[in-house]
Amino acid sequence: MALDQTISVPRDYSLTGPERDRALARGLAAAEWYHSDIPRKEMKALMARSDQPAIRDTLLWIVLLAATAAGGIALWGSWWALPFWLAYGVLYGSACDARWHECGHGTAFRTAWMNDAVYVFASFLAMRNPVSWRWSHARHHTDTIIVGRDPEISVMRPVDFARKALAFVGIPDAFVHFGILIRNAMGQFGPAERDYIPEADIPRATRWARAFVALHLAAWVWALVSWSLIPVLLIGGPRIYGCWQMVMTGLLQHGGLAEDVLDHRLNTRTVVMDPVNRWIYLNMNYHVEHHMFPMVPYHALPRLHALIQHDLPPPNPSIRHAYAEMIRTLIRQQREPGHYLRRILPPTARPYREDLHDADAVPQRPAT
Amino acid sequence: MSDWVDVCPEDAIENEDVIRFDHAGRTFAIYRDADGAVFCTDGLCSHEHVHLADGLVMDDTIECPRHNGRFNYKTGAALRTPACVALATYPARLNAGRVEVQV
Ligand code: FES
Repeated sequence: MALDQTISVPRDYSLTGPERDRALARGLAAAEWYHSDIPRKEMKALMARSDQPAIRDTLLWIVLLAATAAGGIALWGSWWALPFWLAYGVLYGSACDARWHECGHGTAFRTAWMNDAVYVFASFLAMRNPVSWRWSHARHHTDTIIVGRDPEISVMRPVDFARKALAFVGIPDAFVHFGILIRNAMGQFGPAERDYIPEADIPRATRWARAFVALHLAAWVWALVSWSLIPVLLIGGPRIYGCWQMVMTGLLQHGGLAEDVLDHRLNTRTVVMDPVNRWIYLNMNYHVEHHMFPMVPYHALPRLHALIQHDLPPPNPSIRHAYAEMIRTLIRQQREPGHYLRRILPPTARPYREDLHDADAVPQRPAT
Repeated sequence: MSDWVDVCPEDAIENEDVIRFDHAGRTFAIYRDADGAVFCTDGLCSHEHVHLADGLVMDDTIECPRHNGRFNYKTGAALRTPACVALATYPARLNAGRVEVQV
């Protein structure tokens, strides 16, 4: 049926609805993905692990967290405290995401316990259950932006612009996440969570949720007893007032791009960013590269990009450019949910995988 | 026990590396450790069907290229989620400059 004779039906992004069966039936689940060619020798050099860059970046992170918190507390009551709290908020509520992510992959440090320790600490800051989110992110990598399979699709069509704008101040995200932690602490896991967390890991997920909820409650009790805002500005609060950089970079990862394809060049975005944003984000601006080769540690992603850029669509030259492109696409998707942004590949690139095409993936019904 | 099967010349696998070996409709991963000793496991990750030969060998572990699950390739033990189920291991040896496995 020709596309202009059809109207796209809004999709069901749940992991237990009809889209799940559809993805399975179409061979989109746990499928083979496109990879750029890299000789094994070069790949081995890119994958090589080292503790040194992550120790440096983690120490810097901890020192900056401590220094900005100390400045905010010391200057409490004066406007001079504000820049310290704003910086602390981003270091806590945004930088946690990239540390959670990279240590969850186990690629930040060579030493396993270092990855695990920073992973749990960053999970606490991000208000994420460290057990369930490890499974959720594994699924995101298996089935990136496959509707009905990927639990981490942040930009669903048609996008709710008001909700996305509120996400920059943690609403309702921080509350939803804390609600999930409370639910998990009571041993309750929904059908979607049970779709990707093995039964054997549920008790561990419950224990971590209890510990995280207890720590947040302790901060609130401390705030009440001391009748001060400082404890909640220090613990939990930054997930609201400091998450904007995480949301800003996170929406760009896949927003406005294709669904239900098996080529990360079609559904993932690489954006050129300044050194400060790249440090907060641990180079995840090289997002196509990361999805294609999740074994490559964050510090080697610029080298990986240089090696395969001939096979990728040109990166967006700035965050501003990427937002302009994405917002234009999201506006058009309000009328045409099947529309997505398809970047032009350089002549040196191998063609996109066309065996599964996004336009076919959107359920259609005849126009009435 | 089945016969020894010839895989490749020993210098076809670098120390601390892995190659894929397909034989009789099955796929295996053949490793050399830092000292050059050879080992053999199932070729596909026990989490999802991904070839471990695209992964990273570090000390006694192979890290899966898809979700960074880890296995001890000498014992087959699963060491890091999302890999939870051990790999089958098979005898491997060096014989007159060749790598051989018993699969
Ligand atoms: S496929 Fe190997 S860890 Fe998931």
